[in-house]
Amino acid sequence: MSLLSDIDAVVLARAQFGFTVAFHIVFPAFSIGLASYLAVLEGLWLATGREVYINLFKYWLKIFAVAFAMGVVSGIVMSYQFGTNWSVYSDRTGPVLGPMMAYEVLSAFFLEAGFLGVMLFGMNKVGRGLHFLATLMVAIGTCFSAFWILSVNSWMQTPAGYATNAQGQFVPADWWAIVFNPSFPYRLVHMVLAAYLTTALVVGAVGAWHLLRERGNTGARTMFSMAMWMLACVAPLQILAGDAHGLNTLEHQPVKVMAMEGHFQSHPDGAPLVLFGLPDEQAATVRYAIEVPKLSSLILKHSLNAPLKGLDTVPRQDWPPVPIVFWSFRVMVAIGFAMLGLGLWSLWARLKGRLFATPWLHRAALAMGPAGFVAVLAGWITTEVGRQPYTVYGLLRTADSVSPLQAPAVAASLVAFVLVYFAVFGMGVLYILRLMAHAPHPGEPGLEPGLPIRAAGVTPAPAVDPDRHLQPAE
Amino acid sequence: MLPSMDVDLSVVWAFVIAFAVFAYVVMDGFDLGVGLLFPGLRPGEERDTAMNSIAPVWDGNETWLILGGGGLFAAFPLAYAIILPALYAPIIAMLLGLIFRGVAFEFRWRDPGHRAAWDVAFTGGSLVAALAQGITLGALLQGITVAGRGYGGGWWDWLTPFSLLTGVSLVVGYALLGATWLVMRTEGTTRIHARRMAFRFGIATIACIGLVSAATPFLNPTYAGRWFAWPSVLMTAQVPLLVVVGSALFFRALARDAERAPFLLALGLFALSYVGLGVSIFPDIVPGRVTIWEAASPPASQIFMLVGASVLIPVILAYTVYAYWVFRGKVGAEGYH
Repeated sequence: MSLLSDIDAVVLARAQFGFTVAFHIVFPAFSIGLASYLAVLEGLWLATGREVYINLFKYWLKIFAVAFAMGVVSGIVMSYQFGTNWSVYSDRTGPVLGPMMAYEVLSAFFLEAGFLGVMLFGMNKVGRGLHFLATLMVAIGTCFSAFWILSVNSWMQTPAGYATNAQGQFVPADWWAIVFNPSFPYRLVHMVLAAYLTTALVVGAVGAWHLLRERGNTGARTMFSMAMWMLACVAPLQILAGDAHGLNTLEHQPVKVMAMEGHFQSHPDGAPLVLFGLPDEQAATVRYAIEVPKLSSLILKHSLNAPLKGLDTVPRQDWPPVPIVFWSFRVMVAIGFAMLGLGLWSLWARLKGRLFATPWLHRAALAMGPAGFVAVLAGWITTEVGRQPYTVYGLLRTADSVSPLQAPAVAASLVAFVLVYFAVFGMGVLYILRLMAHAPHPGEPGLEPGLPIRAAGVTPAPAVDPDRHLQPAE
Repeated sequence: MLPSMDVDLSVVWAFVIAFAVFAYVVMDGFDLGVGLLFPGLRPGEERDTAMNSIAPVWDGNETWLILGGGGLFAAFPLAYAIILPALYAPIIAMLLGLIFRGVAFEFRWRDPGHRAAWDVAFTGGSLVAALAQGITLGALLQGITVAGRGYGGGWWDWLTPFSLLTGVSLVVGYALLGATWLVMRTEGTTRIHARRMAFRFGIATIACIGLVSAATPFLNPTYAGRWFAWPSVLMTAQVPLLVVVGSALFFRALARDAERAPFLLALGLFALSYVGLGVSIFPDIVPGRVTIWEAASPPASQIFMLVGASVLIPVILAYTVYAYWVFRGKVGAEGYH
């Protein structure tokens, strides 16, 4: 194999992995938030007995089923992509990361087998308390999955608690240090809040859409109001969490922060905050930069004149792709502040008693509906591309992690994945949008009994009519 | 001398993963088989009934595949790192096939206007997945080129007459499982059609078992040694003998129109073939190249995982048994309740 096709295979393997993960990350981000929202709706219904909450529960349950289904389908691919595309990485990190991934699989499996079916189908078959328990367990289970997978991801960013054996593998020395590695708590909080915000934006947009068409719709009013509360409360928290996560990154992965900030040069007495500009990696400068003097030092070091090192202190072969990280970071931050703005606007409208009578607010909320997904993807690109050129930060290079594959094989499968994913998940998204286009109404039907649901796992007893399994076999 | 912990753990994990893979093969086997048989069933009531018979369980069945892959990565990372690149094309094909078949399942109901197209996707996805799994097995058995701690061959190495034989064999075997499943779970014309197909695929399956068994010892002298060495041949010879007995019982059960016996006996044939496979391979995990001990992750990893697995796997199994018990008996075309 020539050097050129080596590089091509690495780039293609990254493109394919990035593509399948990008598809996969979107659905769990939504279902983590939606599972918790469903638990809140059912809890409110049990506490207040108000009809609107159970209607909304049934309304969003149908959407949850489809979103969860697509998360499962795209997740199966992920459990094999590590081996097919990153076999050297798998061999080296398997002893440390394999067990954590296995825990993720087991907890997801447990959740699917045990509680999801009761939650989806069991409303009229088990008691209210038991059904609420199932809903809570699904919400907790999605968070468990997030816990393990983010712990794995964080370990790749800030490896800890490991030793190296004679075969060059990372082996566990201290599980506690591995699982709770330095960036994990920050990343977990940041991601779970992101999932909540993403869901709040979607719920808010659906509510806004129906308010624009039918201002008096009780269900639309309730979901819009709840989503705006969520946004107003969580968006500021998320900005604080993001800031803390950034400081943690500065401590453990300073090069990533240099790329995010576009700091090609070191600033011994106060670094400027580059708002916008065109990073030019070749020339090692940000062209047409609009800067605020010393603000970056203030944000990152909490002091106007604190020195900050730049990429000029780092050998070029250790740089991440600066423009990608620079831009994806700005997209994420801009959407974060737009969320805050929407939340504050809704508070002001609420204060004036015009929360349901401000069409421009509703239009803004509608426009922001997909913004959470964009922010999640942008944040994910920032942190993953910012980790380059390593898979395990500082220890294992991406170029040394790849499977011994030939470029044509990876290229062919990449094309196949792109075609199949757009066709299949396009249909799924279309189906979700169709469900959302219906306004919520009193007496909202639940999932139709007898309709198979991809996400149901092993469909449990409550899904069947009680008469059914009283019949003798055969 | 202390017993070596990692030896025991590696064997334990080899059996856990072998169990997960077998659970996957037989459980997803019959529902992939139903997908394969779809063209032999009439659109409308027959297909809807067949679909309903697997609707409640098939997603749970597929999850064992993730468990097998995840378990391999965790307990035997070296094997995971060698096998997956070696079988790159069939594994990707399998994943794409499973996606198509999975969503076809759901969209078929949601989009009746295009039901015929989704039925084609359902059968096509099932066929690709089954064929790819069989090819994977054959490619593993015929031997993988290993260089250092990685795969050392090309990206078409998996394609040989032997791997095609195992690919076709698994398709045939899954079709048998699907047909006997339908015999057990359906009534009327669906069952009549299924029974006819069970006869044909029964004959074909036994022929395939014979061909693969005859070809395997020639692939690698080690396999022949494990089968024919004295005195272990007294043990290993029981496997083909039992296959003969099982086949006879299978056709007798089918001939006297039994409900459940054909499916259970077909499962038995799968189990025997799987045991035969184990005789050829054990204690290798990359056959002829890497043993389970060479591929094992350290005890600290295997123990950490075993704690969770030993609690959760029995719970999942108990739940699965319960779900199958609840859904026993005949299904109709009107949804599964």
